[in-house]
Amino acid sequence: MEDEAAIGTDIKVDEIYRNESRQVLATLIRLLGDFDAAEEALQESFAVAMEQWPRDGIPANPRAWLVSTGRFKAIDGMRRRARYNTSLNELAKHLEATTSDSSARDDEHVEDDRLRLIFTCCHQALAEEAQLAMTLREVCNLTTEEIARAFLTKPATIAQRIVRAKAKIRDARIPYEVPPPSELPERLDTVLRVVYLVFNEGYSASFGTSLTRADLSGEAIRLGRLLFQLLPEPEVTGLLALMLLHESRRPARTSANGDLVLLEQQDRSLWNQTQITEGIAFVERALSSKRIGPYTLQASIAAVHAEAPSAEQTDWAQIVALYDVLLRVEPSPIIQLNRAVAIAMRDGPAKGLELVDVLLAHGELAQYHLAHAARADLCRRLGKKAEARSSYEQALALAKQEPERRFLEKRLSELAG
Amino acid sequence: MKYLCLVYLEEQILHAFPSDKRRSISDEAMSYCEKLQKAGQLLAASPLHPVETATTVRVREGKTTTTDGPFAETKEQLGGFLMIDVPDLNDAIRIAAQFPAAKFGSIEVRPMKDLGCAD
Repeated sequence: MEDEAAIGTDIKVDEIYRNESRQVLATLIRLLGDFDAAEEALQESFAVAMEQWPRDGIPANPRAWLVSTGRFKAIDGMRRRARYNTSLNELAKHLEATTSDSSARDDEHVEDDRLRLIFTCCHQALAEEAQLAMTLREVCNLTTEEIARAFLTKPATIAQRIVRAKAKIRDARIPYEVPPPSELPERLDTVLRVVYLVFNEGYSASFGTSLTRADLSGEAIRLGRLLFQLLPEPEVTGLLALMLLHESRRPARTSANGDLVLLEQQDRSLWNQTQITEGIAFVERALSSKRIGPYTLQASIAAVHAEAPSAEQTDWAQIVALYDVLLRVEPSPIIQLNRAVAIAMRDGPAKGLELVDVLLAHGELAQYHLAHAARADLCRRLGKKAEARSSYEQALALAKQEPERRFLEKRLSELAG
Repeated sequence: MKYLCLVYLEEQILHAFPSDKRRSISDEAMSYCEKLQKAGQLLAASPLHPVETATTVRVREGKTTTTDGPFAETKEQLGGFLMIDVPDLNDAIRIAAQFPAAKFGSIEVRPMKDLGCAD
């Protein structure tokens, strides 16, 4: 009986580790003022838990117990090492005096700690690649090996980025705080960009071979949900909606042999309806606010697609109108290209081709393979075979992803026949 | 925490400004520094003479060489500095962002080590 109870406790400890370790870490960083010390204290507190809980039972508030045990262990460790380094004794005294055990139990503080951790990992004084690595490591608890695999790089590279970022946080004194309201929009933009980059890394590479990258999109959605829970700002809601609506199409985006399937040819019965329903509810929530940003607008466009039974029966007028608003909020040639494609669907390929040619003449999109692919497709639909071929060739020369290349090659061979 | 804010700007851009604009930039910088000083956040600050006045000194194997000009030719030149004392990097970034030259130059914010002397 006792053994069974102990095994049950082990499983529970694992579960608590999975659910609470990031929150415990976030609070320990605030209390100890240092990422590495907090990481060490976290490990120690779980080691004590593994030893005590099977014997004494799980405490009523495991998270608070873990935080105060970790804090105690950290202060105790400093005292022991103070024999060799007297400044540690001062630090231990300082920590004991300035942080109280009760601050570990204060729920409002603890909720804020997760936001503090996110905003610190995504601080604009860190390089973008460091922000990504820090967020995945510290907030999502991925290992450096997992992060390296996802970004097709070496674990040592990721580890080095994390070490450097932590050193900068410490030495340049990047504060562990949620930004004041006056700076929140700008700082939140950086956080949302990191989340969306994580998502896209998993999404646009998903028609490759590795499943790990789909996990990355799942991780981004989990991050989006966490942010929404902590800070339900309209753009947080909009980004979560956008990710869910894109993710809903994943099963239809590739054929059985890994080939790319365009939106208009996708089997819409494969779209994940649960994600669509949830995504649309979030879009509506974000739209009900007065501050509508680019993520919410992109999510609205994705929602129009999600609600359409087929490409032909899509409300293209609505999509064009949404692109018009999006262009005012965030002018970009890529959005103009997407708008031109939507206009081609609304008014016919000739009108779309006119707009794409103007955009290409501007030069900004000259190296963007999808601009040439879009032009090629419009020419193909207009029966301009030679022009279509030359644009597909240009797109192929610029495309890097294997499934995209296969798709373009297939189109080229169809035109030859 | 002490930070050294190094103000880089293209001297040519500054020279191209009409003289009254140059004067107003300089006045604005002066009054901004006074404000920081009153708030106890400024330890020292000064504009520098143009980069043509720079001399670079090196000692290699006991031999001193001096060369005319900055240690590296860059598009933007070091034009001045502010040494500030604030709680953290976010405060330092706020102070740098409000310095007039941030609008046309760049400000490098460097945390200072605790080991400095003569302060």
